[in-house]
Amino acid sequence: MKILTRIGFWLLVAAIGLFSIFPFYYAVMSSFRSGADLFKVAYWPERLDFSNYVAVFERQPFGTNIFNSVVVAGSVVALSLALGITAAYAFGRIRFKGRSLLLMTILAVSMFPQVAVLSGMFELIRSFGLYNTLPGLILANLMLTLPFTVWVLTTFMRELPKEIEEAAFVDGATPWIVVRRVFLPLMMPAAVTTGLLAFIVSWNEFLFALTFTLTNEQRTVPPAIALMSGSTAYELPWGTIMAASVIVTLPIIALVLIFQRKIVAGLTAGAVKG
Amino acid sequence: MSSAVAPATVPAQVPVQGGRSSLTRSRIRAAWVFIAPTLIVLALIAGWPLARTIWFSFTDANLNNLTDYEFIGFENYIANYDGEWLGLLTDPDWWRSVWNTVWFTTISVSIETVLGTIVALILNASFPGRGLMRAVILIPWAIPTVVSAKMWNWMLHDQFGVINDMLLRLGLIAAPITWTANPDTALWTVIMVDVWKTTPFMALLILAALQMLPGDIYEAAKVDGVHPVKVFFRVTLPLIKPALIVAVIFRGLDALRVFDLIYVLTANSRDTASMSVYARQQLVDFQEVGLGSAASTLIFLIIALLIVITMAAGRVRLSGDPR
Amino acid sequence: MADLVLKNVRKSFGRAHVIHGVDLDIKDGEFIVFVGPSGCGKSTLLRLIAGLEDISSGDLFIGGERVNDLAPAKRGIAMVFQSYALYPHMSVYANMAFGLELAKSSKADIDSKVREAARMLQIENLLDRKPRQLSGGQRQRVAIGRAIVRDPKVFLFDEPLSNLDAALRVQTRIEIAKLHNDTGATMIYVTHDQVEAMTLADRIVVLNAGRIEQVGTPLELYHRPANLFVAGFLGSPQMNFIECVVSHVGAEGVQVQLPNASMLTAPVSSQGVRVGETVTLGIRPDHVKVSPQGSLTGRIELVEELGENHLLYVDFGKGRHLTVREPGDAHHQAGQEVALSLAPEFCHLFRETGEALPFLSESKAPAPSSPDMSSRAA
Repeated sequence: MKILTRIGFWLLVAAIGLFSIFPFYYAVMSSFRSGADLFKVAYWPERLDFSNYVAVFERQPFGTNIFNSVVVAGSVVALSLALGITAAYAFGRIRFKGRSLLLMTILAVSMFPQVAVLSGMFELIRSFGLYNTLPGLILANLMLTLPFTVWVLTTFMRELPKEIEEAAFVDGATPWIVVRRVFLPLMMPAAVTTGLLAFIVSWNEFLFALTFTLTNEQRTVPPAIALMSGSTAYELPWGTIMAASVIVTLPIIALVLIFQRKIVAGLTAGAVKG
Repeated sequence: MSSAVAPATVPAQVPVQGGRSSLTRSRIRAAWVFIAPTLIVLALIAGWPLARTIWFSFTDANLNNLTDYEFIGFENYIANYDGEWLGLLTDPDWWRSVWNTVWFTTISVSIETVLGTIVALILNASFPGRGLMRAVILIPWAIPTVVSAKMWNWMLHDQFGVINDMLLRLGLIAAPITWTANPDTALWTVIMVDVWKTTPFMALLILAALQMLPGDIYEAAKVDGVHPVKVFFRVTLPLIKPALIVAVIFRGLDALRVFDLIYVLTANSRDTASMSVYARQQLVDFQEVGLGSAASTLIFLIIALLIVITMAAGRVRLSGDPR
Repeated sequence: MADLVLKNVRKSFGRAHVIHGVDLDIKDGEFIVFVGPSGCGKSTLLRLIAGLEDISSGDLFIGGERVNDLAPAKRGIAMVFQSYALYPHMSVYANMAFGLELAKSSKADIDSKVREAARMLQIENLLDRKPRQLSGGQRQRVAIGRAIVRDPKVFLFDEPLSNLDAALRVQTRIEIAKLHNDTGATMIYVTHDQVEAMTLADRIVVLNAGRIEQVGTPLELYHRPANLFVAGFLGSPQMNFIECVVSHVGAEGVQVQLPNASMLTAPVSSQGVRVGETVTLGIRPDHVKVSPQGSLTGRIELVEELGENHLLYVDFGKGRHLTVREPGDAHHQAGQEVALSLAPEFCHLFRETGEALPFLSESKAPAPSSPDMSSRAA
């Protein structure tokens, strides 16, 4: 009976693992097959054919797309953290009138449906002359990352000991110095966590990237992959798409594996403690 | 001696008390300086666009020319021309998308909650390789939605897809299924892919709640010889209920605005179109900014209403949802 | 130069009033200890002085200057926190230098001050370490060093020893006393530990529920508590309290009837006291003796043998107890019936308001010897 339970348990673990990994495994496998091979279902790799990986960069400016994604996600992370840490200090450690109302408003923004701001954002980006540019996308993506960055950092900021801040005030620090010289170093782990989440959100963002760019050269990776087309409109280049998918997913998976604990901490910060 | 040194102005100062020391004052001033950039940015990129969207919903604006439009009142929502009712609220496609979204949200969140709880319970047990498992289940969550939609598209391909192949080999189906195109299976397919992608998120939130439970209750239950299933329903579930509710609300709000997955998996098909897909289609593909904005505004109102109800209801402190 | 005056200082958080009008004069160079049960407002009062909390009303003067509206750093104070509050990411040196650096002192000046303080505290070899590499006692020294380098007019200590183990606590206590002697600075020290209060203070301020109960030298407070609260708070084991009825008042004192009907005359002022009034008699365990002639009889319930002396818990009927301190060579057992004698000259009487009746003549009672700071400090 005990053994049966153990076997059942491990079968369940295996099933969950398989279910989680299989699509990615299958994408990797497919990406190494081309021509007629691709259209025969196979479960095990037979040979490594890199032609899809070559094609992905030859047939479209995929290198540029990756570069765009990195620039957009990197800038969004930097801006969100810079704005978020100062705001989080104010929200997390200073009592002032209207604090909870503002914090609730910011939280509400993080739950905005993207589509609700689509036409207004479109107009805004156009009027700034940022349509079909990376700065336009950076601006738009901030709406997605800034609210939760502020929120998560505020939760972390609340946990720092009060006495350290007070010691700094007795030492003659201004609030700005407290943030910069005392809390910023202490907030580094939290900033890494939050930055990672913001990076993933921005890296994966699709609706804005699809709507606010026009040419392939300005696209980030998700719309580039979504809009990949083959020689004819009806034939999708599955091998190339899979190769592209693997390329953009690998760095994210690497991040997840390396920073697994930090990501989990960030995901659950506040959600459970509340 | 000190009292002798006390300045003569003291009596004058006494009535004006309740003043703030310079520390409190400077901190409050700093607070506003510190949040000002964030507030300005958010007002610019969230508040203003939202206001404009709502305004556009009362106009006949067109995407080609966003500067030339007229105020038309509620005509985008509902209007009567020569006895015929027109507008968003009379469009069967809109109502179809509302229904699709509600259906998608209800089913996928329910399945994700149940599966997420099971996965969380498993990950809460200690077994070799637990850390690895935790990282592994994060993979579907981290893969960009567009990419996972494409991967599944390929796996669900009607002729060359591995899913059909597996099911055929197992003898579960007689002929390949066109999963994403068939109206009977399309929405279920979307739900399945969403379950694959977001169950990890649920599982991790629930796991975090499980790990905060004190271990001694379980030991007590074990000593009392209570059956594990009973322990789960009588002890564990009530204790993690608050966290579970938070997670469900999150996922629910998130699912209501679903766009990427459906758009990539099944394009603009009306069998699966969500409210967001519908709104974007009006807005971008049909260039009908007025009508599209009306749809956007309704989505916003629905979600805003739910948020307000939630916040009022449980005083639940929600965290930043990274998705 | 750095005297400190509080005038009718009040503090409220919203509707909760935490400090109810505190008046206090602290002389330059004095070592003052705020003591009281938790929640009495002692820490809040210290934080008001530091400028970490706003004073709701009233005035605070440091060195003759009204500092209500000054930032903590401008008040000429330094503070040592209970949790030490060292900056975890900075070295010991940087921790101590931070304040001077912010005050824009010259590099050379900072260096000499930090090294001087480190030498004084014998932490020179720790200057490059990070706080997490230090023991609790070492962290405490760094925290004190950080205060010293600022050369403050007033040192504020917020329960600085409560995170240390017993042996270290005694040692650090002695060092703080030495620091006071060496610097001659005014020091205000918050603690809930009466031994710290008694050993360190020039004057103790006993706080209760946001009010000052009594201010005085340790021995004044011990021998002449102004009220029931102070009497019960200081001294371990606690002072015994017995409810009595006044049977006679006269020039020689107030005579009370003990529960077993025996009479006792305490040499205290009878002014305003009526016969028949209920009062509380207070006597410390040291002043109750087991003696055959004792007027109060009871049964020993428990004996705590401490070595040097023993504590007897004596039940003398109706659930009333007395604690008695007997020399360690006296042999008593639980269950034994004993007679107790109370030394009348050491009996305090408290009226129903809690206020103590003043002793008639200081000569009759053991005079609170004039405190000799240095001997007590060392």
